[in-house]
Amino acid sequence: MTSMDVIELSRLQFALTALYHFLFVPLTLGLSFLLVIMESVYVMTGRTVWRDATRFWGKLFGINFVLGVATGLTMEFEFGTNWAYYSQYVGDIFGAPLAIEGLMAFFLEATFVGMMFFGWERLSPRQHLFTTFMVALGSNLSALWILIANGWMQHPAGAAFNPHTMRMEVTSFYDVLFNPVAQAKFVHTVSAGYVIASSFVLGVSSWYLLKGRHGEIARRSFAVAAAFGLAAALSVVVLGDESGYTLTENQRMKLAAIEGMWHTEPAPAGIAIFALPSNSGRDNRDEIKIPWVLGLIATRSLTGEVAGIDELVARARVRIVHGLVAYDAVERLKRDPRDAPARAAFLTARDDLGYALLLKRFTADPDHADAATIDRAAWSTVPDVPALFWLFRVMAGLGFGFIALFGAAFWLSSVRCFGCRPILWIAVMAMPLPWIATEFGWLVAELGRQPWAVDGVLPTFLGASSLTVPQIWTTIAGFTVLYGVMAVIEVRLMLAAIGKGPEETPAPADRGAFEGCAVPAE
Amino acid sequence: MSVPLDYATLRLIWWGLLGVLLIGFALTDGFDLGVLALLPFVARGDGERRMVINTIGPTWEGNQVWFILGGGAIFAAWPLVYAVSFSGFYLAMFLVLAALILRPVGFKYRSKRADAGWRGRWDWALFTGGIVPALVFGVAVGNVLEGAPFRFDGDLRMSYAGTLTGLFGPFPLLTGLLSVTMLVLHGAGWLSLKAEPGPVLDRARRWGQAAALLAIALFVAGGVVVARGGLGYRLAGLVDATGPSNPRLATAIASPGAWLDNYAAHPVMLFAPALGLVGPLVALAGIRARRDVLVFAGSSLANAGIIATVGLSMFPFILPSSIDPHSSLTVWNASSSRSTLFTMLVVTAVFLPIVLLYTAWAYRVMFGRVTIAQVTTNPDSY
Repeated sequence: MTSMDVIELSRLQFALTALYHFLFVPLTLGLSFLLVIMESVYVMTGRTVWRDATRFWGKLFGINFVLGVATGLTMEFEFGTNWAYYSQYVGDIFGAPLAIEGLMAFFLEATFVGMMFFGWERLSPRQHLFTTFMVALGSNLSALWILIANGWMQHPAGAAFNPHTMRMEVTSFYDVLFNPVAQAKFVHTVSAGYVIASSFVLGVSSWYLLKGRHGEIARRSFAVAAAFGLAAALSVVVLGDESGYTLTENQRMKLAAIEGMWHTEPAPAGIAIFALPSNSGRDNRDEIKIPWVLGLIATRSLTGEVAGIDELVARARVRIVHGLVAYDAVERLKRDPRDAPARAAFLTARDDLGYALLLKRFTADPDHADAATIDRAAWSTVPDVPALFWLFRVMAGLGFGFIALFGAAFWLSSVRCFGCRPILWIAVMAMPLPWIATEFGWLVAELGRQPWAVDGVLPTFLGASSLTVPQIWTTIAGFTVLYGVMAVIEVRLMLAAIGKGPEETPAPADRGAFEGCAVPAE
Repeated sequence: MSVPLDYATLRLIWWGLLGVLLIGFALTDGFDLGVLALLPFVARGDGERRMVINTIGPTWEGNQVWFILGGGAIFAAWPLVYAVSFSGFYLAMFLVLAALILRPVGFKYRSKRADAGWRGRWDWALFTGGIVPALVFGVAVGNVLEGAPFRFDGDLRMSYAGTLTGLFGPFPLLTGLLSVTMLVLHGAGWLSLKAEPGPVLDRARRWGQAAALLAIALFVAGGVVVARGGLGYRLAGLVDATGPSNPRLATAIASPGAWLDNYAAHPVMLFAPALGLVGPLVALAGIRARRDVLVFAGSSLANAGIIATVGLSMFPFILPSSIDPHSSLTVWNASSSRSTLFTMLVVTAVFLPIVLLYTAWAYRVMFGRVTIAQVTTNPDSY
């Protein structure tokens, strides 16, 4: 087995590069649609102020977009470079959505993004709007495919282990495609991207309004962002991905860990709004609970029971023991692929094979594992409870905050009053918060998946490549320097472009719907 | 799922598609790499530099997707090849990635500020983003031809016994140079089509001429090493072309000179090396006759011919193992399952034509030579 240092470093590198990549992608997802909305208004009304707005936000979009593309290259290859065993073990299923993502989504957004930036003079307004729409469609389709891939890791539907090839193989593409976890994740994640983009546009526009600059464009952008952001903020909370939390043992474990629920409670369970959970103590300290709420959210009923961690560990123990039947059968099939009794035994227990693999972390010979080792392996299915408990609460709390902020902004823009300075200041100050919420959301989803790379199928510690510690430190250092420099440059260019502001076409006095109560300028 | 094509046929088709992808990458993003590798040599002063960058500015991003799709398609259709090559060539992959990451940022950020130091640094980044991937891809191909030092254990866990510096042996350096040369030729071919008449176009032609001659010399030298130096592997015993994808079922042996076997068995395959030689000659003729379309057609043929030569020489091997030939990855033991190959084939058959269609439209919109005057007056230019 690969050493734990290599595994932990590979996880660290993956998390760093994915979290960094995920700073840029959600803004791309949402801003591309905001561009489509603004440019559509331009094409419909012919008012140049909307074209100026589109071009201005498009410029910021471009600065952000390239970093999403650049850091996405890393993600596409990191499965192979750092998670080689994972790649060959599940590549038959996991590779397909990645390839389709390239074919269906990346080509679309990358080809049309060139037209979008270079085509203003060469395309008619309608043709240009079409290219902008294709960029938005392409980037959102890529989110769909990568979340189908990720959803499969959380809930591996439509696949089975093949002992002749020693890997998972697809049994039903339909199930992989229409995986309910993937669909919930897609809606939740793109909505979060729309919130980031709306908050970005709202914040920058508010800053212009506070400074009395670019009022024409700022008011219109503010209104678009407020409406789009309100819809997105509602969607991100209402269509959160808790709908998938009852599907598998691992998803139930994730839910129990998020709630810090060590023991099953009589239905309907209460929700903890404060607690200090501890994995080693296997309990919470200083807990404050609101009765009933968790049971209602998680099961949508008064009678549904939410399983606690100790109950789920007990079930994992049963599955490990059962999985050993499959593990032993695979060992025999390795020696003789035509061993019919071994094949029969394998088929009875193959769904639990992954649970037996959990033992490999504690013993080289799972076939002879004692009860204590099996117990340790069963408890290893509990993810980091304190981290999940608090990351989730911060994310969810921010989610409700965004509804309030966009609600207020929407109300201001619908009464055409852009002068409420406290709200404008809050919109400026709140700009970083959606990023915190989405990064925490990623951590909840992926830390909550541990110890599995693929739920119930392949433990993370088995997935890594056969690398050395110095090799991985080299690349972590390399990525840190490269990404760090790029982040500094990116932020400076963004701030410079925002400071410079949009190029406004001098237009005949455009006193339209966006003149309301006056904006007090400083 | 019932699949209408048998496993052996599907594997053969996907081996062909792997070639299509690599050639597609070389023909499109290949000239972007070549143009960037030529950037410091064909363009002097900011105006010329910007003109050169803008010949590829609107389309390079779509071209790069051939590379990303290459990774994704190998993952989906040849997961073992993806796992072994990406983790085995770990630090080399990082070099390529770091260089390629510089490209998008360089394109977008270079013209955001006017000062010469800023732009000069980005020119270096762009040059690196062109020449390093071109070199490392070629070096990787050389290592694949020689065989890479990996083996599988009973769980099919791969271990790799090589180092980064070990990749840069004499033969891989030769193939690396050939790769740089053929992509530079292709870059020069693109500049012949897109640069306005003037000093840049003249320099591009001169570099194209040199690259064409060097490409012929290096390609011939590579062929001589393969024939005389005795590279090659052979399958030993019967092969089950429809068997499970398990490299431990392969029986292969190192067999000097075996990379020429296919040409003896099927002389029709000689069209590939022939193209590799004719392509640069066509490009040369185009440069002499000032027929720019001919230059680009010649460089395209050269790239396609040279890449096809590598693939055909090695068939049915995809990635042989030098320390344990039995672990070698071949067309018959390294693919995805039959139903994945079939599903992906259907997806490709539907979407690839659509991609080609809108890519062609994008090139049509951007048709025509790029001039310094255009670039410096248009605010949308890089």
